[in-house]
Amino acid sequence: MALASEAPKESFRLSMLIYDTRYRSMTIQVVVLILVLLFVGWLADNTIQNLAAKDKDINFGFLWNRAGYDIEQQLIPYTNDSTHGRAAIIGLLNTLVVAFFGCVFATIIGVFVGVLRLSNNWLVSRLMTVYVEAFRNVPLLLWIILVFVVMSETRPQPRDFRVTDEMIASGTEPAAKMWFWDSVAVTNRGTDLPAPVLDRGLGSIDIGSVPVNLSVLLTLAVIVASVLANRALLRRARAIQEETGERPVTWWKSLAILFLPTIALLMALGFHLDYPVFKGFNFQGGISVMHSFTALVIALSLYTGAFIAEIVRAGIMAISRGQSEAAFALGLRPGRTMSLIILPQALRVIIPPLISQYLNLTKNTSLGIAVSYLDLRGTLGGITLNQTGRELECMLLMMLTYLIISLIISSLMNVFNSSVKLKER
Amino acid sequence: MSNSYVRTQMLPPQEAPIGERGAIKWLRDNLFSGPLNSLLTILGLLVVFYLVKLSLPWWLNSVWNANSLGECRDIVAAAGGESGACWAVIKARWHQYIFGFYPQDAYWRPVLAFGLMFVALAPVLYWNDRKGAIMVALTAALTVLSMVLLNTPGTVDLVAIVIMAALFAVAWLMPKKLIFVTLLYPFVAFFLLWGGPVWKGVATLLGFAVIVVVYRLLQSRLGVVVATAAGVVAAAVYWIVLQGYVTGALTAILPIGLPAVSSDQFGGFLLAFIIGVTAIACSLPLGVLLALGRRSDMLLIKTLSVGFIEFVRGVPLITLLFTASLLLQYFLPPQTNFDLILRVIILVTLFSAAYLAEVIRGGLAALPRGQYEAADALGLDYWQAQRLIIMPQALKISIPGIVSTFIGLFKDTTLVSFVGLLDPLRGVTQIVRADINWKGIYWEPYIFVGVIFFLICFGMSRYSMYLERKLKTDHR
Repeated sequence: MALASEAPKESFRLSMLIYDTRYRSMTIQVVVLILVLLFVGWLADNTIQNLAAKDKDINFGFLWNRAGYDIEQQLIPYTNDSTHGRAAIIGLLNTLVVAFFGCVFATIIGVFVGVLRLSNNWLVSRLMTVYVEAFRNVPLLLWIILVFVVMSETRPQPRDFRVTDEMIASGTEPAAKMWFWDSVAVTNRGTDLPAPVLDRGLGSIDIGSVPVNLSVLLTLAVIVASVLANRALLRRARAIQEETGERPVTWWKSLAILFLPTIALLMALGFHLDYPVFKGFNFQGGISVMHSFTALVIALSLYTGAFIAEIVRAGIMAISRGQSEAAFALGLRPGRTMSLIILPQALRVIIPPLISQYLNLTKNTSLGIAVSYLDLRGTLGGITLNQTGRELECMLLMMLTYLIISLIISSLMNVFNSSVKLKER
Repeated sequence: MSNSYVRTQMLPPQEAPIGERGAIKWLRDNLFSGPLNSLLTILGLLVVFYLVKLSLPWWLNSVWNANSLGECRDIVAAAGGESGACWAVIKARWHQYIFGFYPQDAYWRPVLAFGLMFVALAPVLYWNDRKGAIMVALTAALTVLSMVLLNTPGTVDLVAIVIMAALFAVAWLMPKKLIFVTLLYPFVAFFLLWGGPVWKGVATLLGFAVIVVVYRLLQSRLGVVVATAAGVVAAAVYWIVLQGYVTGALTAILPIGLPAVSSDQFGGFLLAFIIGVTAIACSLPLGVLLALGRRSDMLLIKTLSVGFIEFVRGVPLITLLFTASLLLQYFLPPQTNFDLILRVIILVTLFSAAYLAEVIRGGLAALPRGQYEAADALGLDYWQAQRLIIMPQALKISIPGIVSTFIGLFKDTTLVSFVGLLDPLRGVTQIVRADINWKGIYWEPYIFVGVIFFLICFGMSRYSMYLERKLKTDHR
């Protein structure tokens, strides 16, 4: 009986590095690694040479030097004596504020338009299609600039709002009027809105040179507490319903729990609105919002809203008709079908692309440069960069910050996504 | 006698009730089917009415012939209108919106390059040969017509007619050969747009000839991979060391070429098209490679791809453009100075390649595993499997995403104004609005630019829908 012969011993040949699949991937990776290292080394060498030629070094010390420029919109105290680092933080906060309002409004617009585009009302669905196509196919930059230019060139000057005694006596109207019962004034300089003011505020404490308003903190705490209490109420109602089959009436209790504590707290703190009033040459009191901010928020939310509308529409259409038919067969009303059957399933389809739209919106806030909005790019990557001449450090910090914001948003939304995702076992 | 109550004929069908036919039925079904719908309809009508009331007089009182905004307003006021559009600004400045500061007597060059682009695209966009030929004919006619309208010298017109006629003949008789036009097009377009001696492009092309020659010589002895690598290395050596001498020698022997145009003279939609088209063409292959890299089994390749994609997707395009204009001087050898348009194109390409990679990765993930296994079972190697089985299907699935990335890229070409290039939206409009004659004008230039962008982007999205329908092979 012949023994099975052993497999012939293959001697290693050099060509096996390329033609043998066992070694090929190693070869490729080694070659790529060498090339990448060479490339990085080349870049680093060039950078060192160029820095030496320009007599520069890499040093982040400039962040602690005096900035010397003013920023109009500031959420935490800042003067031109503050440091470049603080200016960068102001810019970051400005970026985040625009991104926040943009995301909120874009979501509201997107959901409305997306649902209305599916409506069987011919006129409304056509109008919504026109809106979506118009905004998706024209550059965002155009909308930002157009809104800004229209606001700052068509609106009257502040002095046109002046009402003198002679005008009252003769009964002539001023050239321009405020809107919403004399509470909002849109001039060519900015928008003046009523400001919320507390007579008996709790003051503020400084945490690391950032003042934290205690009244706001307390109000937020009360709101969170009432939402939690409302949840407890609803949970109890459900427990009773499951036990006895009858659901206790909760709507007025819910309303009371949600709103009464906050209203009571605000009354206790002496809450009222401070209206902008025309005095001298400009409006005094209230909050003045710059047109660059308004234009950015309007353009970003309309533009992103068009994309979100398409996402919402696609999400609702992705749910098969059988689902709503089954819900109707169970005897659910259309509203409950939407909230209990369609939306929870549609959300699963909607959320991942929605996340990337939020990310896009956040990144697109950097277009504020077109209307001189001082966001992160305007402060750290703009004035600070030009003043100190430290391009490498500023760009590096700026890119890192954007990268971190993106990663945070996407991970937060991924957590949310995994909580609504279909639980598969 | 007969039973007279049994009818022997069919009655003619009665007309439907008035509420169930014609316009009334349509109105009831589509506009007033319930209280909520009626309310929405009325709201919609109000919105439309308000918009029309606001803008119709403005459109109707349009002024086309004037030398300044003040003159426009006078004409509108003389006609008794309150407000009117002043399209005269577009009439006065259209050439800047289209060509930037490109020399006026050379406008035929971008036009010809633009026309040739559609010829070069014919084999890519249409695989129906007759349609491709018709498109070439149409493009040829339009190109020559616009060249004549732009007062191009007669000899140049004649040359263009001859070239276009030749291309049409190729498209009609041997449509498959048109792919060579596509391959040559980048060099032709570069030569037409930037000018300079014709030998630059020819000498660069010789490099590709070097690759082919080296590959042919070595392939039988060393195998495909080594031969290709040797060819690429030889070509790289040729491009870096020898090409300059070859160009110089050829130019000295036979100095033919076009007057050179420097990059800062480019602007308007010409610039948007150069950046957009080049970046679209380059980013697709790069995106495919990145997507494959991200799904690769090789750890190093995968890490590099993921790192690149996530970094690029995490930062705004503006920061990358600023990198191109501010930081590249640090990363390149001292005293290198290369063209800003080229730098911007490279960065925009890398940017959209990262987004494309994610879109294509989605397409790859959507393919059933059976397809990969079937390819393996047939004994195809990696690249064969990708080329013949995986990519055709994955790319087909991801067409909508790919095209919307392209649309985004084209819209993003407007951002180059922030690094000092003259884009149509911000760059040119700023110049126009800074002119004392047109100070204070805003709706007209933005509407003009917006409409052109809309037409191009909308056209692209419609084309992608057509392509999807065309490529659909599943059961209907």
